[in-house]
Amino acid sequence: MVDQTVLTHLQRLEAEAIHIMREVVAEAENPVMLYSVGKDSAVMLHLARKAFYPSPPPFPLLHVDTTWKFKAMYELRDRMARESGMELLVYHNPEAQERGINPFDHGALHTDMWKTEGLKQALDKWGFDAAFGGARRDEEKSRAKERIFSFRTASHGWDPKNQRPELWNLYNARKAKGESIRVFPISNWTELDIWQYIHLNDVPIVPLYFAEERPTVERDGMLLMVDDDRFPLKPGEEPVMRSIRFRTLGCYPLTGAVESSAKTLPDVIQETLLTTTSERQGRAIDKDAGGAGMEVKKQQGYF
Amino acid sequence: MTDQTDVIYKTDALIAEDIDAYLEQHQHKTMLRFITCGSVDDGKSTLIGRLLYDSKMIFEDQLAALEADSKKVGTQGAEIDFALLVDGLAAEREQGITIDVAYRFFGTEKRKFIVADTPGHEQYTRNMVTGASTADLAVILIDARKGVLTQTRRHSYLAHLIGIRHIVLAVNKMDLVGYDQATFDAIVTDYAAFARSIGIESFVPMPISGFKGDNITGPSANTPWYTGPSLIQHLESVEVDTTIEQARPLRMPVQWVNRPNLDFRGFSGLIASGTVRPGDAVRVLPSGKTSTVTRIVTLEGDLEQAVAGQSVTLCFADEIDCSRGDVIAAADAPPEAADQFETTLVWMADDAMVPGRAYWLKLATQTVSATVQAPKYTVNVNTMEHLACKTLDLNAIGVAELITDRPIVFEAYADSRTLGGFILIDKITNATVAAGMLHFSLRRAQNVHWQALDVSRQAHAALKNQKPAVLWFTGLSGSGKSTIANLVEKKLHALGKHTFLLDGDNVRHGLNKDLGFTETDRIENIRRVGEVAKLMTDAGLIVLTAFISPFRAEREMVRSLLPDSEFIEVFVDTPLEEAERRDVKGLYKKARGGTLKNFTGIDSPYEAPENPEIRIDTLSEKPEDAAERIVERVIGAWMPTI
Repeated sequence: MVDQTVLTHLQRLEAEAIHIMREVVAEAENPVMLYSVGKDSAVMLHLARKAFYPSPPPFPLLHVDTTWKFKAMYELRDRMARESGMELLVYHNPEAQERGINPFDHGALHTDMWKTEGLKQALDKWGFDAAFGGARRDEEKSRAKERIFSFRTASHGWDPKNQRPELWNLYNARKAKGESIRVFPISNWTELDIWQYIHLNDVPIVPLYFAEERPTVERDGMLLMVDDDRFPLKPGEEPVMRSIRFRTLGCYPLTGAVESSAKTLPDVIQETLLTTTSERQGRAIDKDAGGAGMEVKKQQGYF
Repeated sequence: MTDQTDVIYKTDALIAEDIDAYLEQHQHKTMLRFITCGSVDDGKSTLIGRLLYDSKMIFEDQLAALEADSKKVGTQGAEIDFALLVDGLAAEREQGITIDVAYRFFGTEKRKFIVADTPGHEQYTRNMVTGASTADLAVILIDARKGVLTQTRRHSYLAHLIGIRHIVLAVNKMDLVGYDQATFDAIVTDYAAFARSIGIESFVPMPISGFKGDNITGPSANTPWYTGPSLIQHLESVEVDTTIEQARPLRMPVQWVNRPNLDFRGFSGLIASGTVRPGDAVRVLPSGKTSTVTRIVTLEGDLEQAVAGQSVTLCFADEIDCSRGDVIAAADAPPEAADQFETTLVWMADDAMVPGRAYWLKLATQTVSATVQAPKYTVNVNTMEHLACKTLDLNAIGVAELITDRPIVFEAYADSRTLGGFILIDKITNATVAAGMLHFSLRRAQNVHWQALDVSRQAHAALKNQKPAVLWFTGLSGSGKSTIANLVEKKLHALGKHTFLLDGDNVRHGLNKDLGFTETDRIENIRRVGEVAKLMTDAGLIVLTAFISPFRAEREMVRSLLPDSEFIEVFVDTPLEEAERRDVKGLYKKARGGTLKNFTGIDSPYEAPENPEIRIDTLSEKPEDAAERIVERVIGAWMPTI
């Protein structure tokens, strides 16, 4: 008999994600990978390169930008597009740009216009019928019930009561014209899986995930980094240098940092395991509309 | 109740002391997927909440939210209501029951676990089958106070049906029966008799309390009489399916052909069973061509060996045909291909199954058109009785024969979930309407071979100097289909074209005189006419058909029988009021009077074409003009391209 090879959980998660990506490429007409430059996006991009090697991944990367990301994110984004040989599409919602929508003055409207509306506009503009996203089921309660192939109406709506049953590893990618599918290849990964995979595979990530002395201010219990001079300081507010890092990355005025001394990946993983605050707490978005915040956003078309 | 802070903030010493050693250990973790099944009050959500809680998968902020929610809507008084943690969508938070499959994650030092949490309500058989389809193990929960219930039997039957090898009988709420051994033993004896009767060979019973934590992570002092493993110990030690699959012959359904340049051609897929190494002889199904594996290509370099559960890209020594849908198999142990099967179906759509209708069937990476015969029987999931039936409704399970339009590579579901499990997809709505399991192929398919003919359909058409086509007239009774089709045929005939008109009424006097007007019979009527029309186009004819053909799915089925552009759908669009006003044959009067049943437009639906090639508005266009327009359109399409 042949010796048994017992696959590790990461090998199985990787194989599943690659299988999903290949199914989409085989069955969709015009797929795209949403790329937000965070650690989940980094893993997704790495998996895509593995899935299609030696070909480059046969779809473009789409960054729905808000113009308020950290500088370090823009740098890594451009570098990764070059290295992967993939086309990078960047989309800015023209209306948000024109009206000068920003996270300081407009609160929730900022996310709605730049991200939710921006994403819909971008998908429509290029006619993408399948979009890979990096959402994970362990992130948030309503995501635990999301399918891997999540079906959206022509107006990008999501109906949690009318999802297609998903059996074995058979995915039904059929849809009518105008309808689209959001696909989540890393649905079954946890935050720890992501970190371990980055560690084992040397996946490049934004340096902001590692601790460093950075200029910060404290607001409403959140530590915010003053990433550029667009940050309006309140009277008496003075940026303070603190050793901080980020558990999750979004728009810099909306993303809370944690005080940390973790400068290497094992340090970060150690800190993650010892910490007791869940990942999305650093983001303001889940706090709207009580516990069902994310579910409402998804019905409106947020990823 | 344990001191919460103690449980949650107690951290693994190794993480703090030596993170590298910890990571090394955790990189070798394996993964087990399991499903928990129980009735609404069996404490399923509480058990899962407990597993997450004990393995520190609840974070501080989530706990704070949970405590607040417990006070607001919880059912456990001042205690934490774990169930709230695992109930997700807003709608169900209000109802207090889970309504879908939710996936939860936790880990121990040995394994990562993915839990499918599915509801116990009868109308959600669909969700349980979905959750079970990816599970290696099932935890069947029983309330110690209630014993084996109808729901227990249903969950066990479904878990067994879907092929789950490992079953845990978790007798829950032992704290509420004073940890009484006799109660536990009686339930186990009761369950064992039932399990045997449905073919479950073995199961592992354990007395637990999800609420109090007994026998979850370790042995409980409350049950000294129980010497078996705790739930976690057992979950950490059972063999997972992908490991078992390695011992079977190689099977890899091809997902995608990787061809970056002329020098490289690789075949990508997820290995379903067996192992593969460079130098192995393989056979590509259904063609049966053989070759040798030269490389197993990955981004990190070529592999010496790959096993079931890995996604790989294989290169061959020979340039043989191989594309998506094919299966790469061990050369000396290939699977079969067939086009007629006995299957078990689990119906998952609100619209009932329609025998004879064509659905898309997706099995591994193969997608074909398939029709399901009337079910032989349906299974009452509460009593396991076989009942006669004509169709399958939502959540019904039945055994039926199924015919595909071309052979597919398969294995019995009992041997391979990948090559034996399939879904059916509605061709119009694209909804997944059923999950199915192939049991065996039916002999008659194997003995009827397609006879290759020397005089081809091109030769037939060339002799007549025309391009064959089917002009499919559809519309309500009395809309004018036959009148216009007749005019079109006369004109084509006058132009020297070889035609034939198949008329609905005429066909029912002969070929289809055994058929009535039920939905099933109407579908069979159209299927036969479609096949006859197809044979006539093979003979080179231009075929005109005039049938109400009310269902979109059947018109699409006929379209799929023919080469592109040879099916021309002509929608004779007459509003119901107008057709009823004309009532040439007096049928509408009978239908309104109730003496004629299943009459299209009255008590049976007409599904108008969405994108017909030609649409005739009979209110504004005279039959003569319409016929002229159709002939022009058809002749125009025949203009030879030089």
